[in-house]
Amino acid sequence: MSAWVWAAVALVGGAGAIARFALDSLIAQRAGRGFPLGTFTINATGALLLGLLTGLAVQGTAMVIAGTATIGSFTTFSTWMFETHRLAEDADTPRATVNVLLSLGVGFGAAVLGRAIGAHA
Amino acid sequence: MASLDRRELAAIFAGGAAGALLRVWLGRHFSAGAPGWPWATFAINVTGSFALAYFATRLQERLPQSTYRRPLLGTGFCGAYTTFSTMQVEILKIVDAHRYGLAAGYALASIVAGYVAIWTATSIVRRTRLLA
Repeated sequence: MSAWVWAAVALVGGAGAIARFALDSLIAQRAGRGFPLGTFTINATGALLLGLLTGLAVQGTAMVIAGTATIGSFTTFSTWMFETHRLAEDADTPRATVNVLLSLGVGFGAAVLGRAIGAHA
Repeated sequence: MASLDRRELAAIFAGGAAGALLRVWLGRHFSAGAPGWPWATFAINVTGSFALAYFATRLQERLPQSTYRRPLLGTGFCGAYTTFSTMQVEILKIVDAHRYGLAAGYALASIVAGYVAIWTATSIVRRTRLLA
């Protein structure tokens, strides 16, 4: 990959992180921080979008920039696990369990749906 | 979004850029061609979870309040370095190859290893505090 592509990866990676922060703050403002709804929404949306790009058969450099770098940085695994751990630590095992299973199930469904939409577009 | 802090956003941006660069670089060097076990994403998600819990616990419970370390290292770097969407699309491709056991095993192993990484890093930081 050329230096320009790496520069683009850095740029969209930073933008993806900002978008995640902004959306998470917005959702937390409205829904509170009882359940990590922000991270859930971000991850489900990102799985849908990456599925869509996959269905559209975006490949090569375009996929690295739009998919791996942008959507990959927008979604997050570490925060998902961190929030789950903190819920479990607060003795809120039901919410911690729901946070794991719901994100995994809805995320997978979103990726399937996104790809189907992309493949028929 | 009333309290938009430009320096906080700059820290998130810088961390996110570094996280994305490292993940893309690792993905290119350690990617599986066929739909096998996605080692790159797996390793990235587990190490990133460990790092996030280490930074977040230390910054929250150990160090004096800092405005920019959490956005730089946590929200920015670890958030962007690890990824949920790529993991889901990888699971989807493994399911396409009818390797259902591998797909379920990859999802389960990622969650268990990621959670253990968070727990371990949190414990390490807290034990250091007890000894100090």
